[in-house]
Amino acid sequence: MNEFLLVGGMFLVTFLVRYLPFGLAGSLQIPEPLERALRYVPVAVLMAIVSPAVLIPQGDSVQFSWQNPHLLGACAAFLAGWWKNNLLLTIVVGMAVFFISRFLIGGF
Amino acid sequence: MNSTPQTEFWRGVRDTFPLIVGAIPFGIIFGTLSESGGLSLWGALAFSAIVFAGSAQFIALGMVSAGATWPVIVLTTFVVNLRHLLYSTTLLQQVRHLPQRWRIPLAFWLTDETFAVAVRHYAEPSPIIHKHWYYLGSALIMYFNWQLCTMIGIFFGRVMPGLEEWGLDFAMSATFIGIVVPYLKNRPMITAAIVASGLG
Repeated sequence: MNEFLLVGGMFLVTFLVRYLPFGLAGSLQIPEPLERALRYVPVAVLMAIVSPAVLIPQGDSVQFSWQNPHLLGACAAFLAGWWKNNLLLTIVVGMAVFFISRFLIGGF
Repeated sequence: MNSTPQTEFWRGVRDTFPLIVGAIPFGIIFGTLSESGGLSLWGALAFSAIVFAGSAQFIALGMVSAGATWPVIVLTTFVVNLRHLLYSTTLLQQVRHLPQRWRIPLAFWLTDETFAVAVRHYAEPSPIIHKHWYYLGSALIMYFNWQLCTMIGIFFGRVMPGLEEWGLDFAMSATFIGIVVPYLKNRPMITAAIVASGLG
């Protein structure tokens, strides 16, 4: 693995998507349908990152069970987020439920 | 209250605090896993300092340990980070009056977390004049915290084997859920979230 090329490549593509609209500023006009589609990208990508991490915590099989602390913590975070639109509360409740259930279930 | 660059900067730092709580374990676990994942010490530090994209760093690390080639990992990084295109497009209206010496670093430091707090701040009715200092404060505290946590993780990973078994990676899931929930206000958005979860 060439780490230099890996880091360089990852930097380029990451900076490109972050900077492109800022850099082109005035001259960039994103067509309305594309902009509407783009609105769904963060939710879709973040959920596509979260769901395997939560449902396949060991990386081998889907664990759709109440004995999966990742799933319990994620459900708690969702409920806390809906209940109060407070980011810190969502994160803290999610992590607390995760660690407590992990301890009770005997994951340690 | 009269806003000055300084008060805006520190408000940005302060409002980012909840997201730092999620980012701390996330950064530590990245540093911890980097060695067993197959990155050198400098590779791990460069990931955090130069790429600066938490979830992409994790996914890339997983791919490195699975033996993927660098072009495949770079392509995956592009797809995973594509959401930043929306973030910078959304914030464009707010930064287009700034010179490039502001726009380049603000773009480099754009993350899910800083976007989440900055977009709320820009939506407030107060004058825009110093709001880029708020953005900068949020961005710098995220960056500083990420470098520090990566280093702590690299250090702990070497002196405390087994740290990766603690489940600190759940902090990433909790943070992303916290960012996603406010978007889930209408049926298409909820459908997108459910479909993406199924495909993920």
